[in-house]
Formats: sequence, structure tokens, C-alpha cells
Amino acid sequence: MADKFKKAPLSAQIDLSKFNMGNFEKATDDEKRQQEVMGESTTFFKDGMRRLRKNPLAMGSIVVLLLIVLIILFAPLVVPYGYADIVKGASNLSAFQYSSSELAKINAGESVFPHIMGTDGLGRDYFIRVVYGARVSLGVGVFASLLVLMIGMLYGSISGYLGGRVDLIMMRIVDIIYSLPDMLLIILFAVVLNETLAPVIKGTILDKLGVNMISLFLVFGLLYWVSMARLIRGQILTIKQNEYVLAAQCIGTSTPRIISKHILPNCLSVIIITTALQVPSAIFTESYLSFLGLGVSAPMPSLGSLANDARSGLQSYPSKLIFPALTICLIVLALNLLGDGLRDAFDPKLSR
Amino acid sequence: MTKYIVKRVLLAILTVIVISMITFFAMNAIPGGPFNSEKAASAATMAELNARYNLDKPVPVQYVLYMKNLLRGELGVSLKTGRSISTIIGESFPISAKLGLIASAIAIVAGLILGSTAALMRNQWPDRLIVFLTTLITAMPSFVMATLLLYLFCMKLNWVPAFTAGSNHIVLPVIALSFSPMAYITRLTKTSMLDALSQDYIRTARAKGVPQLKVIFLHGLRNALIPVITYVGPMIASILTGSMVVESIFGIGGLGSKFVSGITNRDYTMIMATTIFLAVIMVVANLLTDIVYKLVDPRIKLE
Repeated sequence: MADKFKKAPLSAQIDLSKFNMGNFEKATDDEKRQQEVMGESTTFFKDGMRRLRKNPLAMGSIVVLLLIVLIILFAPLVVPYGYADIVKGASNLSAFQYSSSELAKINAGESVFPHIMGTDGLGRDYFIRVVYGARVSLGVGVFASLLVLMIGMLYGSISGYLGGRVDLIMMRIVDIIYSLPDMLLIILFAVVLNETLAPVIKGTILDKLGVNMISLFLVFGLLYWVSMARLIRGQILTIKQNEYVLAAQCIGTSTPRIISKHILPNCLSVIIITTALQVPSAIFTESYLSFLGLGVSAPMPSLGSLANDARSGLQSYPSKLIFPALTICLIVLALNLLGDGLRDAFDPKLSR
Repeated sequence: MTKYIVKRVLLAILTVIVISMITFFAMNAIPGGPFNSEKAASAATMAELNARYNLDKPVPVQYVLYMKNLLRGELGVSLKTGRSISTIIGESFPISAKLGLIASAIAIVAGLILGSTAALMRNQWPDRLIVFLTTLITAMPSFVMATLLLYLFCMKLNWVPAFTAGSNHIVLPVIALSFSPMAYITRLTKTSMLDALSQDYIRTARAKGVPQLKVIFLHGLRNALIPVITYVGPMIASILTGSMVVESIFGIGGLGSKFVSGITNRDYTMIMATTIFLAVIMVVANLLTDIVYKLVDPRIKLE
């Protein structure tokens, strides 16, 4: 028996013949599971969200932003006034004040919806104007950022992927646009487009949107994409050179899979963060233009134009400045904090 | 180095040319000439006027003529007031420049001090307070800041007279202008200071017994300054050019408010001239920053 099983002198192989097999029993599934020490499988997105949830400032800003979005979506349904409706004899009311005719109605037993923020010089309900102003500001901010994102991503990825001479020429163009003074050109374009676009779009659907709004978007589309394009090109260039991309290429991964599984997820954080931080800057620009009288056209309010209108009666009615100013600060603050939180959560390399 | 400077100067010149072309052709795209008014002038008068201002020539020729005049320093005549734009800029730019430079100086000094304080007292209450305040300030557009200051100090407290004709009362506009760049410099200084203080040479300096203050100022802050420098050049330029809202709120007759009134009056030659003038300032400032940046940081490769 013994010579049947010959063990090499230094081998660690166990001589099974020395064991009584009856002493062994099969591991149950439960016991097998104990051996699994791996963490729960997680995706990039889940991981980032988990980190984001631990950030109280970012979560607070999400709550604030959600509240603002809910208000600007549903307040026009609840409040019976429109942004251009003039309540007769109710000009320059302060918050929760009623005009004499409204007081008469209340005394007669009718219910009158209160002017939460008072009314403006023409007797328009100020709360609903601020709500519409916030709507305009947030809408412009989000859509302008998406526009910038799309143009920048397309341009940047083409430039980054193709490389070589195409990249060189495309980046020179970006260099020149980048060094243009943006604020000046935005104002210039806003002036010019206001004059030239108005007859062109008259009567079309675009007319409803307002010339100023369209020129605002055009300006963003023309000027603001360059930093996004630069960023994405840079990202793609560096990620392309990572060892894991090389490794993936070596084991024969297809190019679409490399792009979708290895390059894009690593770009994604930067894209999300930059887009999130682009929104407040777009809101700033919009309010700035509206303040100069180049933004949305009256009677449609915007937070910037509301603040500008409030300047003339600042001495007597400071609340007209405070309400839009506070709203804009709150929105921008929340977006900034959320952007910072996203950066910390999705790109630890960039944090601090 | 020379090659780099030459390259940057060429790019700057190209940028200025592109800006002047964009401005010129954009302005020409606006329908209606400068002499179209409600009262139609006779055809002969129109032809005379157009010939006098070269408006009868094709647009590219007009551009070349405009650029020739520009190089001679002639920016044309304001359409609304009829005054020479060169004179208007000559009068109003010094006011803006004074305002902008004082605001920049305050922003830089205060930003550096606050930023270093925050970095040195990391996670203590001064740091928290500074971070809180800078976050608040960056969320406030300059026109909101300016109007609030105006309301608070001029109308409520009566500390500063509002709308003075002279430029003696520049305290409020300077504050309004300097706050947001100051907040940005503070954040920038804090990050780069933290970065610099964690470097090996700081540990080495401490290890060989260099006094704490010397370590902070000579080794830390000096290296932390480099990213700040890159921001300061464009910042000064953008304060100089971006003061338009603040100027018009406080009623200061600087170049910015001239630009704004040009916009509201649709005074196209004025807009064009100020845009080109301010753009040149910005491009030059960016150029200088880039060159200084390469000079102060020898680690940056010269391409």
C-alpha cells in the first residue's frame, strides 16, 4: 500500500491515505458564503452617490434646489395671478398687504389670494414675478449648460480622438476663442443679435421664446463651449495613455467597449462636475445681461431685470430688490455647493 | 523663451485682429445705417453723409479704412453725442482705471492674507469662517452686491453720500468690485498654500530649524503665489472691463458706464470702439501674465 503513493520529499501534497475520509463533511452554502470577503459589487455611479449622501452641505443644497424647482413649477398653478396681470389700485403693496378694493372683497366674505411678496409699481403680484424670474434664470442656466456640454463634448472628443494635425488646428481655434474677452463679446452679440434676429424669426415658434432669449443661447453656444472642449480633450488624451487602456487593448477588447467602459466613466466625473458648475455661471451671465437690459424681454421677468427695476424705487421699496437678489443668491449658492459636493464625491483627485 | 514670447505676441495680435473683425462685421450686420432716422433726409444729403463716413464703400474696404484710422488712434465719432470717441475714452478710462486698480490691490492683499490664514489654521474656526464667507460672496452677483451696499450705506446709514459727481467717494464701488475677486483669491491661496506646505522642502526647512515665520513666508507663500499670479492678470483686466455695472449703479462716469450707455442708446460706434479698446487691454494683460508665469516658475517647461 505504502509504495503505491510515493510522495516527493519536499512536496506539500497531503497524503490522503493517512486521513479517514469519514471525518470530513461538505461545507454548507452558508459556510461557503463566509469565505466571500469581497465588498458588495458597486458601480462608479453608486459609489459616487454614496459619497455624495455623506456630504451634508451637498444634500442640503439638493433639498433647497428641489424645493425651488417645486415652487417654480407649481406656484403658477396655485397663485391666481399671472406675471403680467395688473391688479388695479394695488401698486407698491408690501408683503401680505391688500389693496382697498381687495379689502372690500374680503369684508364681503370673498377670499382673496394674498400678495406674498407684495406688488410692484404697476400692481403686478411680485411673488409670481419672482417665481417666473427664477424659472427663466434656472431654465437658461440648465439649457445653456447642456448646450455648452454638447458642443464642447463633440468638439473635444473629436479633437482628442483624432489627434495629430486635426487636433492642432482645432485647438488653435479654441485658443483664439478662449482669449476673446467673453463678457464684452456677449454684450456685443446680444446687442447685434437682438437687432438682426427680430425680423428673421417674426411669426415663427421661436418668436414666442423672445429674441433676447435666443441670442442668449447663441452667445453661450458660440463662446462658452471652449473651456469644456479643452477639458474633455485633455481628459481623453490622458486617459488614452493609461495602462488599463493598454491592458484592455492587449487582451483584445473592442474599441467601443474601451471607450464606453474605460475612457468615458473616467471622463464622466469631470463632465458632471463642470456642467454642474457651469449652471451657476450661466445664471450669473443671464442675470447680468438682464440687469443691463439685454436679457429676456418685458413683461417676462428675470431675476436680473427685477433687481434692475427695483433700483429706481430702492429708497422706498427695498424689499423689491431683496426678494430677487435673495433668490438668485440662494440658487447660485446651492448650485455651487452641489457642484463642490459632486466634485468631492465623483473625483477625489480633484478635491480640496 | 524668446520663441515662446514671440509666439504669444503673435497669438495676441491675431486675437486683437479677430476681435476687431468680429466687432466690425457684427456692427455692420445690424440693419439700418447710423443716419437713418424718422425724418428722412434727402437722397443727396444721405449720399453726401455716406461718402463722408465711407459708408458707400463695400464692408471689407470699410473695415480696412477703419483699422487704418484705429492705428492712428482715431476711433471715430459717437453717433449720439457727436463727440470724438478718443476724447471720451481719454476722459473716462482714467476713472475706471483708478477704481479698478485700487479694487485689484485690495482684492490681492486681502485675499492673500485671508487665504494664508485659512490654510495655516486649517479646520479651526477662522478657516471655517473664511470658507463660509467666501462661499457666500461667490454666490452674489456684483450688481446685487453693489445695490445692497448702496442701499445700506447710502440710504439707510447715510455714511456715504450717494451719487457724488466727483470720484472722491470710491469706497463703496471699490468694495463692490473687489469682493468677488477677493473671495476667489482667498480660495486659490488657501489651496496652493496647503499644497506648498505639504511639500518636502517645507519639511526640510523645518527640520534644519528655520523659524516658523520664515518657513511660512519665504518657503510657503512664495511658492503658493504662483497659481495666484496666473489669476491676477486676467482678474485686473476683467475688473477694469467688468466694472460697467458697478459704475452705472454708483453713477461714476467711467468707461464702463459709457459702454453701458452706449448699449442702451444703441450707439454703435461707441460700442465698437470701447469693445476693441477693452479687448486690447485684456489681451495684453493675459499676455503679460503668461510671460510672467513662465518667468517665476522655472519648473514649467518652455515649449
